[in-house]
Amino acid sequence: MEKNLILIPLLPLIGFLINGIFGKKLPKNVVGALGTLVVFGSFILSLLAFLEVRESGQALSHTAFTWMQIAGLKFDIAFLADQLSTQMMLIITGIGSLIHLYSIGYMHKDEGFYKFFAYLNLFIFSMLLLVMGSNYLLLFFGWEGVGLCSYLLIGFWYQNLEYGKAARKAFVMNRIGDLGLMLGLFMLLQHAGSLEYKEVMASLSTLSTEKAACIGLLLFVGATGKSAQIPLYTWLPDAMAGPTPVSALIHAATMVTAGIYLIVRSSALYSMVPEVLEIIGYVGLATALFAGLIAIRQNDIKKVLAYSTVSQLGFMFVALGVGAYSTAMFHLTTHAFFKALMFLGSGSVIHAMGGEQDIRKMGGLAKKLKITHLTFLVGTLAIIGFPLTSGFFSKDEILAKVYEHSPIMWGLLLLASAITAFYMLRMFFLTFHGSFRGTHDQEHHLHESPISMTLPLMVLAVLSLAGGFLNVPEFISEGSEHLHTWLNSVVTYVSGRHHLDHSTEWMLMGVASALALIILVSTYVVYVSKKSTAAEDDQLTGIQKWMNNKFYIDELYQSVVQKPIEAISNLGYNIIDRGIIDGSVNFIGKSVEVAGNALRRIQNGNVEYYLLYMVLGIFFLLVFKFVL
Amino acid sequence: MELILIPLFFAAVQFFVKGRTASWLALASTLVSLGWTICMISGYAMDGSTVNLVDVEWLKFAGIRFTLAYDGIALMMVLLTNLALPIILLASWDRNYGKSPLYLGLALLMQAALVGVFLAQDGILFYVFWELALIPIYFISAIWGGENKNRITLKFFIYTFFGSIFMLVGLLLWKSYGSSTNGFAWMSLVQSQIPSDIAFWAFLGFALAFAIKLPLFPFHTWQPDTYTVAPAGGTMLLSGIMLKMGLFGFIKWALPLVPHVGENMMHFLSVLAVIGIVYGSIIAIKQNDMKRLVAFSSMAHVGLIAAGIFTQSLEGLQGAIIQMLNHGITAIGLFFVIDVIERRMETRELTLLSGIAKVSPVFAVMTLILVMGSVAVPLTNGFVGEFILLKSVFDSNATLGVIAGLTIIFCAVYLLRMVQFSLFGPSNAQNEKFTPLTWAEGIGLGTLCFFVLWIGINPDPFFGLTERSVSNLLSLFNAIKVMP
Amino acid sequence: MTEVTAEHYIILATTLFVIGVAGVLIRRNAIVVLMCVELMLNAVNLLMVAFSSHHKDSAGQIFVFFIMVVAAAEVAVGLAILVMVYRNTRSTDVSLLDQLKN
Repeated sequence: MEKNLILIPLLPLIGFLINGIFGKKLPKNVVGALGTLVVFGSFILSLLAFLEVRESGQALSHTAFTWMQIAGLKFDIAFLADQLSTQMMLIITGIGSLIHLYSIGYMHKDEGFYKFFAYLNLFIFSMLLLVMGSNYLLLFFGWEGVGLCSYLLIGFWYQNLEYGKAARKAFVMNRIGDLGLMLGLFMLLQHAGSLEYKEVMASLSTLSTEKAACIGLLLFVGATGKSAQIPLYTWLPDAMAGPTPVSALIHAATMVTAGIYLIVRSSALYSMVPEVLEIIGYVGLATALFAGLIAIRQNDIKKVLAYSTVSQLGFMFVALGVGAYSTAMFHLTTHAFFKALMFLGSGSVIHAMGGEQDIRKMGGLAKKLKITHLTFLVGTLAIIGFPLTSGFFSKDEILAKVYEHSPIMWGLLLLASAITAFYMLRMFFLTFHGSFRGTHDQEHHLHESPISMTLPLMVLAVLSLAGGFLNVPEFISEGSEHLHTWLNSVVTYVSGRHHLDHSTEWMLMGVASALALIILVSTYVVYVSKKSTAAEDDQLTGIQKWMNNKFYIDELYQSVVQKPIEAISNLGYNIIDRGIIDGSVNFIGKSVEVAGNALRRIQNGNVEYYLLYMVLGIFFLLVFKFVL
Repeated sequence: MELILIPLFFAAVQFFVKGRTASWLALASTLVSLGWTICMISGYAMDGSTVNLVDVEWLKFAGIRFTLAYDGIALMMVLLTNLALPIILLASWDRNYGKSPLYLGLALLMQAALVGVFLAQDGILFYVFWELALIPIYFISAIWGGENKNRITLKFFIYTFFGSIFMLVGLLLWKSYGSSTNGFAWMSLVQSQIPSDIAFWAFLGFALAFAIKLPLFPFHTWQPDTYTVAPAGGTMLLSGIMLKMGLFGFIKWALPLVPHVGENMMHFLSVLAVIGIVYGSIIAIKQNDMKRLVAFSSMAHVGLIAAGIFTQSLEGLQGAIIQMLNHGITAIGLFFVIDVIERRMETRELTLLSGIAKVSPVFAVMTLILVMGSVAVPLTNGFVGEFILLKSVFDSNATLGVIAGLTIIFCAVYLLRMVQFSLFGPSNAQNEKFTPLTWAEGIGLGTLCFFVLWIGINPDPFFGLTERSVSNLLSLFNAIKVMP
Repeated sequence: MTEVTAEHYIILATTLFVIGVAGVLIRRNAIVVLMCVELMLNAVNLLMVAFSSHHKDSAGQIFVFFIMVVAAAEVAVGLAILVMVYRNTRSTDVSLLDQLKN
């Protein structure tokens, strides 16, 4: 398997090349099947790698070739499959192949069908590079590669100017993070002389704390860009312009979790500087709350999910912030299941509604879309932390770890999870229950999606239900923290953290579950029994209006960053460049011309004057020579 | 030697032929040159040695020799020149001037002069080729240029010529006040000793000439105008190859003076270069004329290359050299793309274009590859150079490194804006004018895209070509003894 | 009566020369200008002859013959030009001849 490691990213690349070059001439079935099969092939290979790692407990690694050698630095294209990588690989290729399958149905009418599959395959390739590289350089390759794919896929319907704008926004905001990451890599290179994980980690013992903190913060800047944390989160909701499978794959399950992966991968570094972790925790907490508040007043089904993703990523960062790396990875995994499920479910809804995304125009879809409804219900229960679903276990674990660290943070995070439960249930009930509020045509058109779309939903629903058993807390059942044990060999924890006793953990779990149930019941009463609907935008007042308008953060960025830069650009060009700099260059030219014009008068063509000048010249020469 | 004679011979032949025959002959000539270059590279030992091509007396009374020789760095530059020329000819293939023997002859003359600049080992010879290269491009821009061509090309000519004169003065100072034992020979000048105040003025002369050619902020104002007004072929010659003369000059002719002058000078120049990066980037953001946009972007990119050279480190120079090749490829590519659009749509204004991707997906893909190369996405050529360059700048001065790093954000902003408003967006009725690519355009753009990806995926051979030469050069400079 | 020394010749020649220069500069009539040029030439000739006898060296007198021949030739050409100028401009005023300006 070790030698074949390169095949895992190579398969999707081959799929990309074939679909990208010949896709236009191939029939759609072939394109879709090819696109799906290469990813599925990668999944099978990842599974084999996973089993081998599990068997031996040793990481697999394979160096393909030397990318470049310069000034004593050597950069290899080398792959690594350890416990952390294989976990990510399974998520990426597993959910990836399901979403490819789904896309066959979802995109079947689109003329860019082949292009879509080519891009998706390219994305899988980049994402695999990101997690499979055995050095930060390859991670960076993947990091930027997924950014590019995200750009291409958000702007997939390129004829729409708004979508193009969203795509550019995503790319540029990611790039801001990328700059931070790149600078972090430079500092690592300065210190370790290599970007190989092994060598970097080995050199950490000689790294000063200040430098470690600096590197940690720079890498985190990269993570905030990719994983949509404050202050760089605004691109993710806009990224919903892309086709829904893209939102499910890139903007929920895989790409946005790259930031988590990066920090877990660098856990040895972060554990050196708990202060940086503290910052990460607070940023995550702020994001979780803030995005949750915005989500309450969103009426676009995908926007709600997008803000919920931002918020859930915040949860993961809080987990990282308290040093619970494996817990973050656990939530990453379960979130990938249920969020991909809900995005695909929303895709199925949008498909049925003929492109309508506003939940105010839906309602009562449960009758027509039975499978979608049921699977969506599973996803919603998972995200609100309904007991025994996957989200229940992972979210509880985060809450417990946070409680260990700081009860105040725990309280705020509990609030965030209550908010989550509220907006998710609100969306769920408004969409699937009550009476239909759309047009007559839409009602007539309502239909369940084809099997290629519902099959992935069902698989993901099962995973969302059962995914929690990957890591059942120790106080419930001894030796069942599989994921935690699995990651133990690749993660370095902050030393000297104490653990809670079991009764506290039971108590915390009870509080969280009770809260979820209360909100479930109360939203049911409000939105189903009383049949309340979402208010129209113009009826909103005060804080609700702010929430509906996303707290005007986009406008803020626009007026603080974008507008000034554009103004400087215009001003710089017209005044500084054309005016001052070019002006002074031209001034030199002009002054020579003016001087020439002045002196030209002397040259009047009259020989007598020339003679006079000559005589005067001789006269002065003589005066100089003999008199002075 | 043949590398100079082949283009000269075919340039002379252009006097006797007409129309398509002329184009074919010129293309054949550039291909022969390219082949010859590749043979030279494959025959080169990669050990950093200098291979003499010709060394004869030229002007005995002044101690000037006609000496041509190459090492890895020169080979890289010659490769860039000879790779770019066929593509430039292909780019002008379907234009009226592309059939004019005068244009073709001038382009070939320019090629000979550029190769001469890169191979010359004698100061005066270097100067002669340097000025010779200016003449053809002046005529190309002045004859086939756009609006205001006379005023702008004259300004360009005078401005750059103004700089070169100071280079000549610098050379004369270096020779007359230094202890050069072998006239203007490069090696002898480098190893000579020179009083530091004289060295200061000599360095300033060189720096001015090179800074104007690059152009370095604030000597850049000729550039956007000239790039905009020149015909596409001329713009490609200017941006793709000619400005590399300035960078190459810095590496080979100005750096040896730095030990005499002191590091402060380098620090000052680095700051100028970094200002240029940010300044060019910000101004590019709101440009509406695609050519002007790419001109300012080129200024930003070249600023980064210059900043890398000014670090005087192995990484900085290696990054700079590979980035010269990369910038040549992507700049020529982008101007090619703009010309393809302009030829069909009769405008370069972003506000008037929209949705070209709809009518020509192949063209859109190639444009996107070139743009990604310029934006420095990993696995394209731009990333290789920018990564190393930014690292070298960051290592030598963290603050400058961070500011220079802003280029990767800004570059995405303005180039994606260009892509958005030309390729994407709703397709309009005017796009019917967008006829499919001709074979010349297809081959030209295809080759460029191929290089964008090749260098991005496997840059190692390209670094290998110059690594030893650069380290030899640096150890030569480090061994320079400064007069007490 | 004092003896005529070299200084007297120098003063006379200088006076003649200055008159010539002044004439060339001030007068506009081309014929007068030509005559003034002759005057300057002859001032030089006079000086040459004077120094020649002063130094007892005949080279100076030989030069004078050459100069006279050249001056004759010059006058011939000059007058020819003058005739052409007169035919073209109907005037012998040199200030009209400023075509070099453009």
